[in-house]
Amino acid sequence: MKRWIAFWNIMLKDMRAYYLKPPNISWGLIFPLAWTGMFYIRSGADSVDILSLLPGVTAISILFGTTSLLAVTVTFEKKNRSFERLLMAPIPLELLMLAKTSGAILFGVVNAFVPIAAAAFLTDLSGVDWSTLLPAIVMIAIASTFLGLFIAVSVSEVFEAQTFSNFFRFPMIFLCGLFFPIASLPIFLRPFSYLFPLTYGVDILHGAVHGAAVQTLALNFAVITAFCLILFFFSLKNIHRKWIV
Amino acid sequence: MNKRPHPPAMAADDPQPLIQVEGLTKTYDAVTAVDQIDFSVATGELFGFLGPNGAGKTTTIALLTGLARPDSGSIRIGGIDCTKNPKAAQHLIGVVPDESNLYPELSGFDNLCFCASLYGLHAHERRTRARQLLQTFSLAEAAERKFAGYSKGMKRKLTIAAGIIHHPRLLFLDEPTTGIDVSSARQIRQLIADLHRSGTTIFLTTHYIEEAERLCQRIAFIVNGRIVKTDGVAELLQPEKEKKVMMIAVANSREDLCSRIASAFPHFHFQASSAEQIRVESDHPISIGPLVRFIEDQGAEVMEARRIQPSLEQVFVRVTGIELAAMKKEKEKGGNNR
Ligand SMILES: Nc1ncnc2c1ncn2[C@@H]1O[C@H](COP(=O)(O)OP(=O)(O)O)[C@@H](O)[C@H]1O
Ligand SMILES: [Mg+2]
Repeated sequence: MKRWIAFWNIMLKDMRAYYLKPPNISWGLIFPLAWTGMFYIRSGADSVDILSLLPGVTAISILFGTTSLLAVTVTFEKKNRSFERLLMAPIPLELLMLAKTSGAILFGVVNAFVPIAAAAFLTDLSGVDWSTLLPAIVMIAIASTFLGLFIAVSVSEVFEAQTFSNFFRFPMIFLCGLFFPIASLPIFLRPFSYLFPLTYGVDILHGAVHGAAVQTLALNFAVITAFCLILFFFSLKNIHRKWIV
Repeated sequence: MNKRPHPPAMAADDPQPLIQVEGLTKTYDAVTAVDQIDFSVATGELFGFLGPNGAGKTTTIALLTGLARPDSGSIRIGGIDCTKNPKAAQHLIGVVPDESNLYPELSGFDNLCFCASLYGLHAHERRTRARQLLQTFSLAEAAERKFAGYSKGMKRKLTIAAGIIHHPRLLFLDEPTTGIDVSSARQIRQLIADLHRSGTTIFLTTHYIEEAERLCQRIAFIVNGRIVKTDGVAELLQPEKEKKVMMIAVANSREDLCSRIASAFPHFHFQASSAEQIRVESDHPISIGPLVRFIEDQGAEVMEARRIQPSLEQVFVRVTGIELAAMKKEKEKGGNNR
């Protein structure tokens, strides 16, 4: 019980202190809105096009919303030493890091609905398979958040975390099949696509929104879950190795 | 100096000490920050770690609180072996780090409530306790202001409040008054004494000798990662009390005055602290008349002669070989840094 009080309050504190602040609103909401607007305007009001764009835009919203938060909730707090408070509190490290990430995961899920809501105004979403879409959104949010966590615990400065995550984020936009299929990538780039969890998540979204998945649902969910576990495990290992010296 | 309210130092061989450290060692790259230290702290004790900057005080606290892993040695807190699992005893302890590291974005009140939640206090209890501590630390006025806007003294006070909000049995205080204005420092010392009186066991590090002497019951002198002496304050002062020490201030003295006076009074021990200061030490009462007459016969003038009260400073200098001037310099460094 005591641990859950801690868990809950860590999550709430991060949300209050950081998530609703201008820089994060801009990364988390305005940036995806801008992307959404840009793509929808380019595609005109053609409803077929919007459905094929929606998975990519949704994935970007989640990716940028979550990863930039970890640079603040983890790297910044490490830098100003308030993270030491958490390490000295009687909370298992696993639970602590889940608390530090769960707010970002939630934020990612909320972000996903910015482009979905926009799309609902422009086109008919009745063909969408929500029971697949929703778990996929949650899994993408978890994987992106843990990717952000992995980066955040590997560096010591906030700007390093931001730079390092862009190093991953921008290639992912092109490599993960967000806006065009991986099959259309040059053959030497294709193997890299499969190194990113987002590839599998976006494939589920494509399947759920306009029935264009490449891999089976089971494979996609299995791989993205495996990515989450591996990223979380290595992040904890990094904290143990580098922060408790 | 004799109005220390605490009982005499507790025996180090308490059968169930709250902290028991044996052979603790920690090396960073080439630096042995903590080198084979042993000590124990009894329940209810106010134990001081006194040493200059870089002595290994902060590292010792990091090792005991789970922020650093020892290379060797063992740590027991409250009877729990936390050498391998520092999490095991974290519910018993509160820590006030050397830097005030609360959340700049949150108000004083929210900071305290959050820290209480980390230890599982319920919402009602968190708020009551936070309000009560803000009162005690005279921060009630600033309760709703962001921590970022607090002065250094206020920040330190709130950090101490955060360290005790969950009623820890054992409190670690890392240089609580370093770099703080005089009046806040005085208030903080008073709060520490009150906390101790109310039953909290306290592990305090400091490089202020007077602070250690005023507050602590037992003190370990730590230099270069090694504990050079551990004893009760009263016991440390005892040998100094048996000695009589005088300082004589002279003017117009010749350079060899000290050696002349030493051969004239062979049963006293003389030492020229500076060109104008002569320190006289003896196991017996020093009668001042003959000394003054002798000095004046040498053509010098006696400006002042005064008895030196026994103090921990003398003990520290004797035991560690560190001159007070060096500690004072450290102090100023520490003071300006923060
Ligand atoms: N994380 C660290 N990495 C490298 N050296 C360190 C680290 N922490 C402390 N040290 C070194 O260990 C020694 C003891 O430091 P510290 O425990 O901070 O001393 P104190 O608190 O008594 O001033 C110093 O020489 C310091 O430079
Ligand atoms: Mg220190």
